[in-house]
Amino acid sequence: MTFLAKPKLHHPGLPTNALGFNRRDYEGAISTLCAGCGHDSISAGIIQACFELDLPPHRIAKLSGIGCSSKTPAYFLGSSHGFNSVHGRMPSVLTGANLANRDLIYLGVSGDGDSASIGFGQFAHSIRRSVNMTYVVENNGVYGLTKGQFSATSDKGSKSKKGVANTDQAIDLVSVALQLGASFVARSFSGDKHQLIPILKAALTHQGSAFIDVISPCVAFNNHPGSTKSFDYVRAHNEAVNSLDLILERDEIVADYQPGTVELVTQHDGSVLKLRKLAEHYDPSDRLSAMTYLQQRQAAGEIVTGVLYVDPEAGDLHEHLDTTATPLNQLGDAALVPGAAALAAINASLR
Amino acid sequence: MEPTDIGQSDYFHKVVDCQWACPAHTPVPEYIRLIADGRYDDAYMINWKSNVFPGILGRTCDRPCEPACRRGRVEDEPVAICRLKRVAADNKGDIAHRLPTAPAAKNGKRVACIGAGPASLTVARDLAPLGYHVTVYDGDAKGGGMIRSQIPRFRLPEEVIDEEVGYITGLGLEMRLGERIDSLKALLEEGYDAVFVGSGAPRGRDLEIPGRQEAAANIHIGIDWLSNVSFEHVDRIGRRVIVLGGGNTAMDCCRTSRRLGGEDVKVIVRSGFEEMKASAWEKEDAMHEGIPILNFLVPKAFTHEGGRLTGVTFEEVAPVIDDRGRRTLVPTGNPDQHFECDDVLLAIGQENSFPWIEREIGMEFDRWGMPVVDAATFQSTLPGVFFGGDAAFGPKNIIWAVAHGHDAAVSIDLYCRGEDVRQRPAPGVTLASQKMGIHEWSYDNDVSNDLRFKVPLRDREVALKNVKVEVELGFDRELGFAEAQRCLNCDVQTVFAPPACIECDACVDICPVDCITFTDNGEESELRSRLTAPAKTLSQALYVSPELKTRRVMVKDEDVCLHCGLCAERCPTGAWDMQKFRLDMTLAGSSCQSR
Repeated sequence: MTFLAKPKLHHPGLPTNALGFNRRDYEGAISTLCAGCGHDSISAGIIQACFELDLPPHRIAKLSGIGCSSKTPAYFLGSSHGFNSVHGRMPSVLTGANLANRDLIYLGVSGDGDSASIGFGQFAHSIRRSVNMTYVVENNGVYGLTKGQFSATSDKGSKSKKGVANTDQAIDLVSVALQLGASFVARSFSGDKHQLIPILKAALTHQGSAFIDVISPCVAFNNHPGSTKSFDYVRAHNEAVNSLDLILERDEIVADYQPGTVELVTQHDGSVLKLRKLAEHYDPSDRLSAMTYLQQRQAAGEIVTGVLYVDPEAGDLHEHLDTTATPLNQLGDAALVPGAAALAAINASLR
Repeated sequence: MEPTDIGQSDYFHKVVDCQWACPAHTPVPEYIRLIADGRYDDAYMINWKSNVFPGILGRTCDRPCEPACRRGRVEDEPVAICRLKRVAADNKGDIAHRLPTAPAAKNGKRVACIGAGPASLTVARDLAPLGYHVTVYDGDAKGGGMIRSQIPRFRLPEEVIDEEVGYITGLGLEMRLGERIDSLKALLEEGYDAVFVGSGAPRGRDLEIPGRQEAAANIHIGIDWLSNVSFEHVDRIGRRVIVLGGGNTAMDCCRTSRRLGGEDVKVIVRSGFEEMKASAWEKEDAMHEGIPILNFLVPKAFTHEGGRLTGVTFEEVAPVIDDRGRRTLVPTGNPDQHFECDDVLLAIGQENSFPWIEREIGMEFDRWGMPVVDAATFQSTLPGVFFGGDAAFGPKNIIWAVAHGHDAAVSIDLYCRGEDVRQRPAPGVTLASQKMGIHEWSYDNDVSNDLRFKVPLRDREVALKNVKVEVELGFDRELGFAEAQRCLNCDVQTVFAPPACIECDACVDICPVDCITFTDNGEESELRSRLTAPAKTLSQALYVSPELKTRRVMVKDEDVCLHCGLCAERCPTGAWDMQKFRLDMTLAGSSCQSR
């Protein structure tokens, strides 16, 4: 935790993006999380990703629930729209906002408590409905704000700071998201920005529900020997299936790879995911085999990271519901309040 | 790269750019913090110990510290270090009781100082408290040397000179003022244990072009003329004045002329504006007083009529880069230009002159007629004779003279005690944590966003009327505080303890200037290219840790670090700490004599 505001002075060579902003322009208020919190690294990753994508800050909406992770939207994108909802209710607020204004880029930020415990149902339904969003879970496997109880994502057998082993089975949010039909699923680690930032960029450009589980060590309560979410443990057991470069439409694709080692996935918006294979035979377009692979490696004690599944042609909630292409705030009164006759016609059609 | 050895005192000393650049290595951030704290006496004493003339230097220093200041690399202008020094001098109380005194029992050694300028007075100040009997000779009636004779009063009031020269003469020196030394041989025969030559560079260069002799009555050598003004032998000049030369003396000449009746005063220089030797701020001050500076004009002849100067003719030149890449000035071929004037001041350089040193006494001179002097010990080839200030290596400025004086005093002390003058004492160095609490440091780490404050000036109409009225009013306490807050505290170092690091990236994420990177090690030039922000200032070091757990290294580019301490505040394990580096040069008489 720091009391001082970050000095305004910045590196004289700081680059600017297509909008003329530098990276510091995407920052928010100074973080009040514990020193060394993995969440701060994820915030820094989001800042970098939005800067590199040239996203206009005023076109982004960041939403969160309650918890350490849900505090973080205050610490990035200080000029974007924000909504700090009730505990576990971020997905419904996000879904509602998305339905009302489909033009914004939606970034949901949540934690393992907010998404795997009190908001588990909300999480499941927003994924199931294919809301066009980037849903980031900052997963530290512990209830940090209440001083270190096991959370629903703590692995069975993982030890608390006092040395007590967890006896409950963990919820694996990645597996759940795959099963519920998320069209972009990835896992990463707060301590590896080289992997995290391209994944965040790919998710932000993805049309459909993109889910990222980011393992983020809690330095205060879950970074000790015996924990399976500590810096050391994650570094020792991290098995990346691929490494990603996101190539935007404006960039040229350079063929600097051996055939068969790289998979190019063109997304809806024209951006290309250039996935360099690290695990042999891993196919991120096959949902079933991805689920199987995850289970196998997990049983072997590994933490699988990388882009685990992507469906570039996925539709989203608006497509499914056949909603108007215009955000509601741009529709006139006549369209928004069509009158009693229109209501009567709808009612009649349902009789 | 090999891990950085922070135990070597030069490493952190270089990070304190201002202190490293200062010839006397004054602990700048330390006294600036004391000024911010209102502890003017303490700030003054740190300066007094290190640079001997804080009030004088706070008005006149050539400020090598300011171009070096880190603040100038993160925004346009550096901290006004020089004028903050003046704040300490202006606001201090009576510090007489804090000054050293000469011991009642002398050590029996006698040292003669030739010249009573800054170099000699520094030698005298360092040696007198050790029990030396110091005799200072000067041809002028008052001590101070060029400080008194050449710096105009509107930049440096006489009271300030009297006060600070007085602190030194008060140490029981034997002041032989009004006695010019005409023979070193005769002086050596008086049996001094050591002699220090601090006689300056007293001869102004002349310009032998047609008309020089005929118009001599209105052509003056700049430094002699300034000296005549200072001693009130001259109190007026013609209405139209041309100053030839582009150094600081030229700036003093033109500004003094404006105060002695010169209404149409111009400075005319051979070189371009950028290449002029004068400090940027001195040029600015001259232009502020309505003095134009004309460039690329080479004087060809003084025109005269009936034995009276009428003007100067100039040839126009332009810079051309020759085949070898050297820049030369070649005539443009345009018609010569003539400027009318009543007086000309020559400020085209000054040089040393030693007609009073007999060649037969055995001192070696080089082919330019300069004595051979050792650059570290300031000893001449005659073992008991030492040189310093402008007399040693040609014209520089006050702060260099002070630095020379300290080093020469160390040598003289060693020499008089029969020790090897080449064994120089190491500086005193301390490095101490400044942590007071979880987010609390013993220094104010909140970086000020203010731009450099301007020193308030006296109204131009009033200032130009009297050569003795000081132009600069100096910062008052409030402005001094605000300017002091701009200092980045570069002496509070970021010290990294690799075993404690868990590589969580917290420091990388919080650093406002992207100084820190965790990456694979490599060769320096390659490593510099792939840091969070490329490290392009090659003169600034990279701080490289030994290999960490993930086999990467921590690399910190010292270049634009704000020393805000946020890396240390964000570090969960205390791997980063803010530690104050204090380096004090060891002066003559220290008991620690080994390096």
